[in-house]
Amino acid sequence: MPGRGTGTRWATRSERPVRDVPLLALLLLALGLAAQVSWHAWRPGPTARAEALAEPPAGAVLRVASLGDPVALARALMLWLQAFDNQPGLSIPFRELDYGRVRAWLGRVLDLDPRGQYPLLAASRLYGEVPVPEKQRVMLDFVHERFLADPDRRWPWLAHAAIVARHRLQDLPLALKYARAITERATGPSVPPWARDMTVLVLEEMGELEAARVLVGGLLESGRLQDPHEARFLDGKLRELEAKSVEKSSDPTRK
Amino acid sequence: MTAARQVRAIAGLTLLEALRGSLLWLVALILLAGLGLAELLGALAITETRQTQAAILGAVLRLAAVLVTSLFVITSVVREQNDKVLELYLSLPLPRAAYYLGKLAGFAACAGVAAALLGALLLVYAPPVQVLLWTLSLFAELLVVVAASLLALFTFSQVTVALSVVLAFYFLARGMGAIQLMSQGPLVDPGALSSRVIAGLVDGIAFLLPDLYRFTPSEWLAYGTGSVADLGPVLAQTAVYVTLLAGAALFDLYRKNF
Repeated sequence: MPGRGTGTRWATRSERPVRDVPLLALLLLALGLAAQVSWHAWRPGPTARAEALAEPPAGAVLRVASLGDPVALARALMLWLQAFDNQPGLSIPFRELDYGRVRAWLGRVLDLDPRGQYPLLAASRLYGEVPVPEKQRVMLDFVHERFLADPDRRWPWLAHAAIVARHRLQDLPLALKYARAITERATGPSVPPWARDMTVLVLEEMGELEAARVLVGGLLESGRLQDPHEARFLDGKLRELEAKSVEKSSDPTRK
Repeated sequence: MTAARQVRAIAGLTLLEALRGSLLWLVALILLAGLGLAELLGALAITETRQTQAAILGAVLRLAAVLVTSLFVITSVVREQNDKVLELYLSLPLPRAAYYLGKLAGFAACAGVAAALLGALLLVYAPPVQVLLWTLSLFAELLVVVAASLLALFTFSQVTVALSVVLAFYFLARGMGAIQLMSQGPLVDPGALSSRVIAGLVDGIAFLLPDLYRFTPSEWLAYGTGSVADLGPVLAQTAVYVTLLAGAALFDLYRKNF
Protein backbone atom coordinates (compact mmCIF):
# COMPACT_ATOMS: atom_id res chain seq x y z
CA MET A 1 0.00 0.00 0.00
CA PRO A 2 1.46 3.40 -0.93
CA GLY A 3 3.13 5.16 1.94
CA ARG A 4 3.19 2.21 4.35
CA GLY A 5 6.58 1.13 5.71
CA THR A 6 8.51 3.58 3.52
CA GLY A 7 9.62 5.89 6.33
CA THR A 8 7.94 8.87 4.70
CA ARG A 9 5.37 10.29 7.05
CA TRP A 10 4.14 12.70 4.38
CA ALA A 11 2.64 10.06 2.08
CA THR A 12 -1.01 9.14 2.32
CA ARG A 13 -3.22 6.76 0.43
CA SER A 14 -3.99 9.44 -2.20
CA GLU A 15 -0.53 11.07 -2.41
CA ARG A 16 2.92 9.96 -3.51
CA PRO A 17 5.98 10.19 -1.22
CA VAL A 18 8.12 13.33 -1.24
CA ARG A 19 11.05 11.51 -2.85
CA ASP A 20 8.98 11.28 -6.05
CA VAL A 21 9.19 15.06 -6.49
CA PRO A 22 12.01 16.02 -8.93
CA LEU A 23 14.98 17.84 -7.38
CA LEU A 24 14.49 20.80 -9.71
CA ALA A 25 10.95 21.29 -8.46
CA LEU A 26 12.14 21.25 -4.85
CA LEU A 27 14.91 23.73 -5.67
CA LEU A 28 12.40 25.98 -7.40
CA LEU A 29 10.19 25.94 -4.31
CA ALA A 30 13.10 26.69 -1.98
CA LEU A 31 14.41 29.41 -4.28
CA GLY A 32 11.01 31.01 -4.60
CA LEU A 33 10.53 31.05 -0.84
CA ALA A 34 14.01 32.49 -0.24
CA ALA A 35 13.47 35.13 -2.92
CA GLN A 36 10.10 36.16 -1.45
CA VAL A 37 11.51 36.50 2.07
CA SER A 38 14.57 38.42 0.80
CA TRP A 39 12.48 40.74 -1.33
CA HIS A 40 10.13 41.48 1.53
CA ALA A 41 13.06 42.14 3.88
CA TRP A 42 14.70 44.50 1.40
CA ARG A 43 11.57 46.54 0.58
CA PRO A 44 10.62 49.33 2.98
CA GLY A 45 7.68 48.59 5.28
CA PRO A 46 4.28 50.22 4.85
CA THR A 47 4.07 53.87 5.85
CA ALA A 48 1.00 55.41 7.31
CA ARG A 49 -0.54 58.10 5.13
CA ALA A 50 -3.59 59.99 6.08
CA GLU A 51 -6.26 59.43 3.51
CA ALA A 52 -8.59 62.34 3.03
CA LEU A 53 -12.28 61.72 3.46
CA ALA A 54 -13.77 61.49 -0.02
CA GLU A 55 -17.05 62.94 -1.15
CA PRO A 56 -19.87 60.46 -0.73
CA PRO A 57 -21.47 58.99 -3.84
CA ALA A 58 -24.97 60.07 -4.80
CA GLY A 59 -27.77 58.67 -2.71
CA ALA A 60 -29.21 56.80 -5.67
CA VAL A 61 -25.87 55.07 -6.25
CA LEU A 62 -25.72 53.99 -2.62
CA ARG A 63 -29.24 52.62 -2.86
CA VAL A 64 -28.27 50.48 -5.82
CA ALA A 65 -25.13 49.34 -4.01
CA SER A 66 -27.21 48.38 -0.98
CA LEU A 67 -28.78 45.55 -3.03
CA GLY A 68 -32.20 46.21 -1.61
CA ASP A 69 -31.01 46.41 2.00
CA PRO A 70 -30.30 50.09 2.74
CA VAL A 71 -30.40 49.65 6.53
CA ALA A 72 -27.47 47.23 6.55
CA LEU A 73 -25.42 49.46 4.24
CA ALA A 74 -26.24 52.50 6.38
CA ARG A 75 -24.98 50.74 9.50
CA ALA A 76 -21.79 49.58 7.80
CA LEU A 77 -21.12 53.07 6.38
CA MET A 78 -21.66 54.63 9.79
CA LEU A 79 -19.11 52.34 11.40
CA TRP A 80 -16.66 53.05 8.59
CA LEU A 81 -17.12 56.81 8.91
CA GLN A 82 -16.82 56.67 12.68
CA ALA A 83 -13.56 54.74 12.43
CA PHE A 84 -12.13 57.01 9.70
CA ASP A 85 -10.09 58.94 12.20
CA ASN A 86 -8.37 55.69 13.13
CA GLN A 87 -6.58 54.66 9.93
CA PRO A 88 -3.89 51.96 9.95
CA GLY A 89 -0.83 53.29 11.73
CA LEU A 90 -2.13 56.72 12.62
CA SER A 91 -4.92 58.67 14.16
CA ILE A 92 -6.44 61.76 12.59
CA PRO A 93 -7.89 64.31 14.95
CA PHE A 94 -11.49 65.14 14.12
CA ARG A 95 -10.56 68.76 13.66
CA GLU A 96 -8.60 67.84 10.53
CA LEU A 97 -11.54 66.18 8.85
CA ASP A 98 -13.46 68.06 6.18
CA TYR A 99 -16.69 68.67 8.08
CA GLY A 100 -18.58 69.48 4.92
CA ARG A 101 -17.89 65.95 3.75
CA VAL A 102 -18.58 64.48 7.18
CA ARG A 103 -21.96 66.19 7.07
CA ALA A 104 -22.60 64.86 3.57
CA TRP A 105 -21.78 61.29 4.66
CA LEU A 106 -23.97 61.54 7.74
CA GLY A 107 -26.76 62.81 5.52
CA ARG A 108 -26.39 59.88 3.14
CA VAL A 109 -26.47 57.40 6.02
CA LEU A 110 -29.61 59.01 7.40
CA ASP A 111 -31.24 58.94 3.97
CA LEU A 112 -30.57 55.21 3.73
CA ASP A 113 -31.87 54.52 7.23
CA PRO A 114 -34.23 57.31 8.41
CA ARG A 115 -35.10 55.47 11.61
CA GLY A 116 -31.49 55.32 12.75
CA GLN A 117 -30.30 57.66 15.47
CA TYR A 118 -26.63 56.85 15.04
CA PRO A 119 -25.78 59.66 12.56
CA LEU A 120 -27.42 62.29 14.75
CA LEU A 121 -25.68 61.03 17.87
CA ALA A 122 -22.39 61.08 15.99
CA ALA A 123 -23.06 64.62 14.74
CA SER A 124 -24.05 66.04 18.12
CA ARG A 125 -21.95 64.02 20.58
CA LEU A 126 -18.92 62.97 18.54
CA TYR A 127 -18.11 65.37 15.73
CA GLY A 128 -19.87 68.24 17.49
CA GLU A 129 -17.52 67.97 20.46
CA VAL A 130 -14.48 69.21 18.52
CA PRO A 131 -13.43 72.59 19.98
CA VAL A 132 -13.57 74.42 16.65
CA PRO A 133 -16.65 76.69 16.58
CA GLU A 134 -17.04 76.67 12.77
CA LYS A 135 -17.05 72.87 12.69
CA GLN A 136 -19.38 72.64 15.65
CA ARG A 137 -21.84 74.94 13.86
CA VAL A 138 -21.75 72.70 10.78
CA MET A 139 -22.76 69.72 12.91
CA LEU A 140 -25.40 71.62 14.88
CA ASP A 141 -26.90 72.91 11.66
CA PHE A 142 -27.02 69.37 10.30
CA VAL A 143 -28.83 68.18 13.44
CA HIS A 144 -31.33 71.03 13.17
CA GLU A 145 -31.96 70.39 9.49
CA ARG A 146 -32.63 66.70 10.04
CA PHE A 147 -34.66 67.27 13.20
CA LEU A 148 -37.29 69.04 11.13
CA ALA A 149 -38.00 65.83 9.18
CA ASP A 150 -38.84 63.76 12.29
CA PRO A 151 -39.11 66.00 15.35
CA ASP A 152 -40.76 63.55 17.72
CA ARG A 153 -37.91 61.07 17.46
CA ARG A 154 -34.95 63.37 16.84
CA TRP A 155 -35.55 65.97 19.55
CA PRO A 156 -32.81 64.62 21.93
CA TRP A 157 -30.08 65.57 19.47
CA LEU A 158 -31.44 69.04 18.92
CA ALA A 159 -31.77 69.49 22.68
CA HIS A 160 -28.08 68.64 22.99
CA ALA A 161 -27.37 71.06 20.13
CA ALA A 162 -29.20 73.80 22.01
CA ILE A 163 -27.10 73.11 25.10
CA VAL A 164 -23.87 73.18 23.07
CA ALA A 165 -24.96 76.46 21.44
CA ARG A 166 -25.79 77.96 24.82
CA HIS A 167 -22.81 76.83 26.86
CA ARG A 168 -19.97 76.12 24.40
CA LEU A 169 -20.59 78.57 21.58
CA GLN A 170 -22.11 81.16 23.91
CA ASP A 171 -24.62 81.81 21.12
CA LEU A 172 -27.95 82.42 22.84
CA PRO A 173 -29.86 83.35 19.65
CA LEU A 174 -28.78 80.02 18.12
CA ALA A 175 -29.73 78.16 21.30
CA LEU A 176 -33.10 79.91 21.21
CA LYS A 177 -33.64 78.90 17.58
CA TYR A 178 -33.05 75.24 18.43
CA ALA A 179 -35.05 75.32 21.67
CA ARG A 180 -37.95 77.02 19.92
CA ALA A 181 -37.89 74.39 17.17
CA ILE A 182 -38.31 71.68 19.82
CA THR A 183 -41.13 73.54 21.56
CA GLU A 184 -43.03 74.13 18.34
CA ARG A 185 -42.43 70.89 16.48
CA ALA A 186 -41.73 68.11 18.99
CA THR A 187 -45.28 67.64 20.22
CA GLY A 188 -45.37 63.86 20.65
CA PRO A 189 -46.10 62.15 23.98
CA SER A 190 -42.51 60.95 24.34
CA VAL A 191 -41.08 64.48 24.44
CA PRO A 192 -40.31 65.28 28.10
CA PRO A 193 -41.32 68.57 29.69
CA TRP A 194 -37.77 69.79 30.21
CA ALA A 195 -37.07 69.66 26.46
CA ARG A 196 -40.30 71.44 25.63
CA ASP A 197 -39.63 74.14 28.20
CA MET A 198 -36.03 74.91 27.21
CA THR A 199 -37.23 77.92 25.21
CA VAL A 200 -38.52 79.56 28.36
CA LEU A 201 -35.19 79.22 30.10
CA VAL A 202 -33.22 80.53 27.13
CA LEU A 203 -35.54 83.51 26.73
CA GLU A 204 -35.20 84.28 30.42
CA GLU A 205 -31.42 84.10 30.14
CA MET A 206 -31.55 86.46 27.17
CA GLY A 207 -33.59 88.91 29.23
CA GLU A 208 -36.57 88.45 26.94
CA LEU A 209 -38.92 88.28 29.90
CA GLU A 210 -42.03 89.34 28.05
CA ALA A 211 -41.50 86.76 25.31
CA ALA A 212 -40.85 84.09 27.95
CA ARG A 213 -43.99 85.07 29.83
CA VAL A 214 -46.11 84.89 26.68
CA LEU A 215 -44.66 81.49 25.82
CA VAL A 216 -45.31 80.06 29.27
CA GLY A 217 -48.83 81.43 29.29
CA GLY A 218 -49.39 79.88 25.86
CA LEU A 219 -48.10 76.50 26.98
CA LEU A 220 -50.32 76.53 30.05
CA GLU A 221 -53.40 77.37 28.04
CA SER A 222 -52.62 75.06 25.13
CA GLY A 223 -53.80 71.91 26.87
CA ARG A 224 -50.62 70.10 25.73
CA LEU A 225 -49.34 69.72 29.26
CA GLN A 226 -50.15 66.29 30.64
CA ASP A 227 -47.69 66.25 33.51
CA PRO A 228 -48.96 68.08 36.62
CA HIS A 229 -45.36 68.65 37.73
CA GLU A 230 -44.64 70.47 34.51
CA ALA A 231 -47.79 72.54 34.85
CA ARG A 232 -46.77 73.42 38.42
CA PHE A 233 -43.24 74.31 37.31
CA LEU A 234 -44.46 76.54 34.48
CA ASP A 235 -47.05 78.17 36.70
CA GLY A 236 -44.33 79.03 39.18
CA LYS A 237 -42.10 80.20 36.34
CA LEU A 238 -44.91 82.46 35.06
CA ARG A 239 -45.26 84.16 38.43
CA GLU A 240 -41.49 84.56 38.59
CA LEU A 241 -41.37 86.12 35.11
CA GLU A 242 -44.26 88.44 35.92
CA ALA A 243 -42.50 89.56 39.11
CA LYS A 244 -39.28 90.15 37.17
CA SER A 245 -41.18 92.09 34.49
CA VAL A 246 -42.77 94.33 37.11
CA GLU A 247 -39.37 94.83 38.73
CA LYS A 248 -37.78 95.67 35.40
CA SER A 249 -40.47 98.10 34.35
CA SER A 250 -40.36 99.88 37.72
CA ASP A 251 -36.54 100.18 37.57
CA PRO A 252 -35.65 101.13 33.99
CA THR A 253 -31.92 101.13 34.81
CA ARG A 254 -32.02 97.34 35.35
CA LYS A 255 -31.69 95.00 32.34
CA MET B 1 -42.40 3.21 -8.58
CA THR B 2 -44.70 6.18 -8.84
CA ALA B 3 -43.38 9.54 -9.91
CA ALA B 4 -43.93 10.95 -6.43
CA ARG B 5 -41.83 8.20 -4.85
CA GLN B 6 -39.13 8.74 -7.45
CA VAL B 7 -39.05 12.45 -6.67
CA ARG B 8 -38.92 11.68 -2.95
CA ALA B 9 -36.09 9.21 -3.41
CA ILE B 10 -33.94 11.60 -5.43
CA ALA B 11 -34.68 14.42 -2.98
CA GLY B 12 -33.65 12.19 -0.10
CA LEU B 13 -30.39 11.23 -1.80
CA THR B 14 -29.61 14.86 -2.55
CA LEU B 15 -30.22 15.87 1.05
CA LEU B 16 -28.14 12.96 2.30
CA GLU B 17 -25.25 13.96 0.04
CA ALA B 18 -25.39 17.50 1.43
CA LEU B 19 -25.54 16.42 5.06
CA ARG B 20 -22.70 13.92 4.67
CA GLY B 21 -20.56 16.25 2.63
CA SER B 22 -19.05 19.61 3.47
CA LEU B 23 -22.18 21.75 3.43
CA LEU B 24 -22.78 21.56 7.18
CA TRP B 25 -19.11 22.28 7.92
CA LEU B 26 -19.25 25.29 5.65
CA VAL B 27 -22.38 26.57 7.38
CA ALA B 28 -20.67 26.04 10.74
CA LEU B 29 -17.70 28.06 9.52
CA ILE B 30 -20.02 30.85 8.37
CA LEU B 31 -21.73 30.83 11.77
CA LEU B 32 -18.39 31.11 13.56
CA ALA B 33 -17.22 33.94 11.31
CA GLY B 34 -20.61 35.63 11.69
CA LEU B 35 -20.42 35.46 15.46
CA GLY B 36 -16.95 36.98 15.41
CA LEU B 37 -18.08 39.72 13.07
CA ALA B 38 -21.11 40.55 15.23
CA GLU B 39 -19.01 40.83 18.37
CA LEU B 40 -16.48 43.03 16.55
CA LEU B 41 -19.32 45.28 15.37
CA GLY B 42 -20.63 45.41 18.91
CA ALA B 43 -17.25 46.63 20.11
CA LEU B 44 -17.14 49.35 17.44
CA ALA B 45 -20.65 50.74 17.71
CA ILE B 46 -21.20 53.50 20.24
CA THR B 47 -24.98 53.41 20.09
CA GLU B 48 -27.80 51.19 18.78
CA THR B 49 -25.39 48.30 19.18
CA ARG B 50 -27.90 45.47 18.89
CA GLN B 51 -29.52 47.02 15.81
CA THR B 52 -26.14 47.48 14.14
CA GLN B 53 -25.09 43.93 14.90
CA ALA B 54 -28.39 42.47 13.73
CA ALA B 55 -28.57 44.52 10.52
CA ILE B 56 -25.04 43.94 9.28
CA LEU B 57 -24.90 40.31 10.41
CA GLY B 58 -28.21 39.63 8.67
CA ALA B 59 -26.94 41.07 5.40
CA VAL B 60 -23.68 39.12 5.60
CA LEU B 61 -25.40 35.83 6.47
CA ARG B 62 -27.87 36.31 3.63
CA LEU B 63 -25.11 36.84 1.08
CA ALA B 64 -23.11 33.92 2.44
CA ALA B 65 -26.17 31.66 2.28
CA VAL B 66 -26.79 32.61 -1.36
CA LEU B 67 -23.16 32.00 -2.35
CA VAL B 68 -22.90 28.68 -0.55
CA THR B 69 -26.25 27.43 -1.83
CA SER B 70 -25.66 28.32 -5.47
CA LEU B 71 -22.11 26.92 -5.36
CA PHE B 72 -23.29 23.70 -3.75
CA VAL B 73 -26.14 23.17 -6.23
CA ILE B 74 -23.99 23.87 -9.28
CA THR B 75 -20.97 21.80 -8.24
CA SER B 76 -23.14 18.92 -7.08
CA VAL B 77 -24.96 18.60 -10.40
CA VAL B 78 -21.75 19.11 -12.40
CA ARG B 79 -20.13 16.30 -10.43
CA GLU B 80 -23.10 14.08 -11.24
CA GLN B 81 -22.75 14.94 -14.90
CA ASN B 82 -18.99 14.27 -14.89
CA ASP B 83 -19.38 10.99 -13.00
CA LYS B 84 -22.11 9.92 -15.43
CA VAL B 85 -24.54 9.58 -12.54
CA LEU B 86 -26.99 11.80 -14.40
CA GLU B 87 -26.88 9.50 -17.40
CA LEU B 88 -27.47 6.57 -15.07
CA TYR B 89 -30.56 8.29 -13.70
CA LEU B 90 -31.86 9.06 -17.16
CA SER B 91 -31.29 5.49 -18.31
CA LEU B 92 -33.76 4.34 -15.68
CA PRO B 93 -37.54 4.46 -16.24
CA LEU B 94 -37.50 7.88 -14.67
CA PRO B 95 -39.08 10.92 -16.30
CA ARG B 96 -36.66 13.82 -16.61
CA ALA B 97 -39.20 15.93 -14.76
CA ALA B 98 -39.01 13.55 -11.80
CA TYR B 99 -35.23 13.90 -11.77
CA TYR B 100 -35.49 17.69 -11.90
CA LEU B 101 -38.22 17.94 -9.27
CA GLY B 102 -36.35 15.52 -7.02
CA LYS B 103 -33.22 17.61 -7.28
CA LEU B 104 -35.19 20.81 -6.69
CA ALA B 105 -36.87 19.37 -3.61
CA GLY B 106 -33.60 17.99 -2.26
CA PHE B 107 -31.72 21.24 -2.72
CA ALA B 108 -34.69 23.13 -1.27
CA ALA B 109 -34.42 20.97 1.85
CA CYS B 110 -30.69 21.79 2.04
CA ALA B 111 -31.55 25.48 1.72
CA GLY B 112 -34.05 25.09 4.55
CA VAL B 113 -31.42 23.56 6.80
CA ALA B 114 -28.93 26.32 5.98
CA ALA B 115 -31.51 29.07 6.53
CA ALA B 116 -32.57 27.59 9.87
CA LEU B 117 -28.99 27.33 11.14
CA LEU B 118 -28.07 30.83 10.05
CA GLY B 119 -31.28 32.25 11.47
CA ALA B 120 -30.52 30.63 14.80
CA LEU B 121 -27.45 32.83 15.22
CA LEU B 122 -29.56 35.94 14.79
CA LEU B 123 -31.64 35.01 17.83
CA VAL B 124 -28.79 36.43 19.90
CA TYR B 125 -29.21 39.86 18.37
CA ALA B 126 -32.82 40.27 17.28
CA PRO B 127 -36.33 39.47 18.57
CA PRO B 128 -37.39 35.84 17.95
CA VAL B 129 -40.48 36.69 15.91
CA GLN B 130 -38.49 38.92 13.56
CA VAL B 131 -35.80 36.26 13.24
CA LEU B 132 -38.45 33.70 12.32
CA LEU B 133 -39.92 35.98 9.64
CA TRP B 134 -36.44 36.77 8.35
CA THR B 135 -35.50 33.07 8.23
CA LEU B 136 -38.65 32.15 6.29
CA SER B 137 -37.95 34.97 3.86
CA LEU B 138 -34.34 33.79 3.49
CA PHE B 139 -35.57 30.28 2.76
CA ALA B 140 -37.82 31.70 0.02
CA GLU B 141 -34.89 33.67 -1.39
CA LEU B 142 -32.69 30.57 -1.39
CA LEU B 143 -35.45 28.62 -3.20
CA VAL B 144 -35.27 31.12 -6.03
CA VAL B 145 -31.48 30.84 -6.04
CA VAL B 146 -31.67 27.01 -6.13
CA ALA B 147 -34.07 27.07 -9.10
CA ALA B 148 -31.95 29.68 -10.87
CA SER B 149 -28.79 27.63 -10.29
CA LEU B 150 -30.34 24.49 -11.76
CA LEU B 151 -31.55 26.41 -14.82
CA ALA B 152 -28.16 28.09 -15.29
CA LEU B 153 -26.38 24.75 -15.09
CA PHE B 154 -28.70 22.96 -17.52
CA THR B 155 -28.21 25.85 -19.93
CA PHE B 156 -24.45 26.42 -19.65
CA SER B 157 -23.09 23.15 -18.16
CA GLN B 158 -19.97 24.85 -16.74
CA VAL B 159 -19.43 25.82 -13.12
CA THR B 160 -17.82 29.21 -13.76
CA VAL B 161 -20.33 30.41 -16.30
CA ALA B 162 -23.34 29.09 -14.41
CA LEU B 163 -22.20 30.61 -11.12
CA SER B 164 -21.46 33.96 -12.77
CA VAL B 165 -24.89 34.02 -14.36
CA VAL B 166 -26.63 33.15 -11.09
CA LEU B 167 -24.76 35.82 -9.15
CA ALA B 168 -25.39 38.44 -11.83
CA PHE B 169 -29.08 37.53 -11.78
CA TYR B 170 -29.16 37.71 -7.97
CA PHE B 171 -27.42 41.09 -7.68
CA LEU B 172 -29.53 42.56 -10.47
CA ALA B 173 -32.74 41.30 -8.88
CA ARG B 174 -31.77 42.75 -5.51
CA GLY B 175 -30.74 46.08 -6.94
CA MET B 176 -33.57 46.44 -9.46
CA GLY B 177 -35.83 48.41 -7.12
CA ALA B 178 -33.22 51.13 -6.71
CA ILE B 179 -32.35 51.07 -10.44
CA GLN B 180 -36.02 51.61 -11.36
CA LEU B 181 -36.21 54.55 -8.96
CA MET B 182 -33.05 56.00 -10.51
CA SER B 183 -34.49 55.75 -14.01
CA GLN B 184 -37.56 57.67 -12.87
CA GLY B 185 -35.80 60.06 -10.49
CA PRO B 186 -36.20 63.85 -10.36
CA LEU B 187 -32.91 64.43 -12.25
CA VAL B 188 -34.15 62.48 -15.27
CA ASP B 189 -35.88 64.44 -18.01
CA PRO B 190 -39.13 62.51 -18.57
CA GLY B 191 -39.68 64.15 -21.95
CA ALA B 192 -36.37 63.08 -23.50
CA LEU B 193 -36.56 60.08 -25.81
CA SER B 194 -33.42 58.51 -24.35
CA SER B 195 -34.88 58.73 -20.82
CA ARG B 196 -38.09 57.06 -21.96
CA VAL B 197 -36.21 54.30 -23.74
CA ILE B 198 -33.99 53.65 -20.74
CA ALA B 199 -36.91 53.72 -18.32
CA GLY B 200 -38.82 51.33 -20.58
CA LEU B 201 -35.86 49.00 -20.81
CA VAL B 202 -35.34 49.02 -17.06
CA ASP B 203 -39.03 48.39 -16.41
CA GLY B 204 -39.02 45.58 -18.96
CA ILE B 205 -36.09 43.89 -17.26
CA ALA B 206 -37.75 44.39 -13.89
CA PHE B 207 -40.82 42.54 -15.17
CA LEU B 208 -38.69 39.48 -15.84
CA LEU B 209 -36.92 39.51 -12.48
CA PRO B 210 -38.22 38.60 -9.02
CA ASP B 211 -38.40 41.56 -6.66
CA LEU B 212 -35.76 40.17 -4.34
CA TYR B 213 -35.22 43.66 -2.92
CA ARG B 214 -38.32 43.05 -0.82
CA PHE B 215 -36.94 39.80 0.57
CA THR B 216 -35.14 39.34 3.90
CA PRO B 217 -34.62 43.02 4.81
CA SER B 218 -32.32 43.82 7.70
CA GLU B 219 -34.87 46.40 8.78
CA TRP B 220 -36.97 43.62 10.31
CA LEU B 221 -34.07 42.57 12.52
CA ALA B 222 -32.99 46.10 13.45
CA TYR B 223 -36.38 47.72 14.06
CA GLY B 224 -38.81 44.82 14.49
CA THR B 225 -41.01 46.05 11.64
CA GLY B 226 -41.61 42.66 10.02
CA SER B 227 -45.06 41.10 10.13
CA VAL B 228 -46.80 38.04 8.72
CA ALA B 229 -48.45 40.31 6.16
CA ASP B 230 -45.00 41.08 4.74
CA LEU B 231 -44.40 37.39 4.10
CA GLY B 232 -47.42 37.02 1.85
CA PRO B 233 -45.99 38.89 -1.16
CA VAL B 234 -42.60 37.23 -0.58
CA LEU B 235 -44.06 33.72 -0.70
CA ALA B 236 -46.30 34.58 -3.63
CA GLN B 237 -43.36 35.94 -5.64
CA THR B 238 -41.33 32.84 -4.74
CA ALA B 239 -44.08 30.51 -5.95
CA VAL B 240 -44.49 32.43 -9.20
CA TYR B 241 -40.80 32.70 -9.98
CA VAL B 242 -39.82 29.18 -9.02
CA THR B 243 -42.63 27.96 -11.32
CA LEU B 244 -41.21 30.09 -14.13
CA LEU B 245 -37.65 28.86 -13.53
CA ALA B 246 -38.83 25.25 -13.24
CA GLY B 247 -40.64 25.55 -16.57
CA ALA B 248 -37.55 26.98 -18.23
CA ALA B 249 -35.28 24.34 -16.68
CA LEU B 250 -37.53 21.49 -17.81
CA PHE B 251 -37.68 23.03 -21.29
CA ASP B 252 -33.87 22.91 -21.38
CA LEU B 253 -33.59 19.50 -19.76
CA TYR B 254 -36.00 17.80 -22.15
CA ARG B 255 -34.21 19.28 -25.15
CA LYS B 256 -30.75 18.19 -24.02
CA ASN B 257 -29.05 15.19 -25.64
CA PHE B 258 -26.89 13.28 -23.14
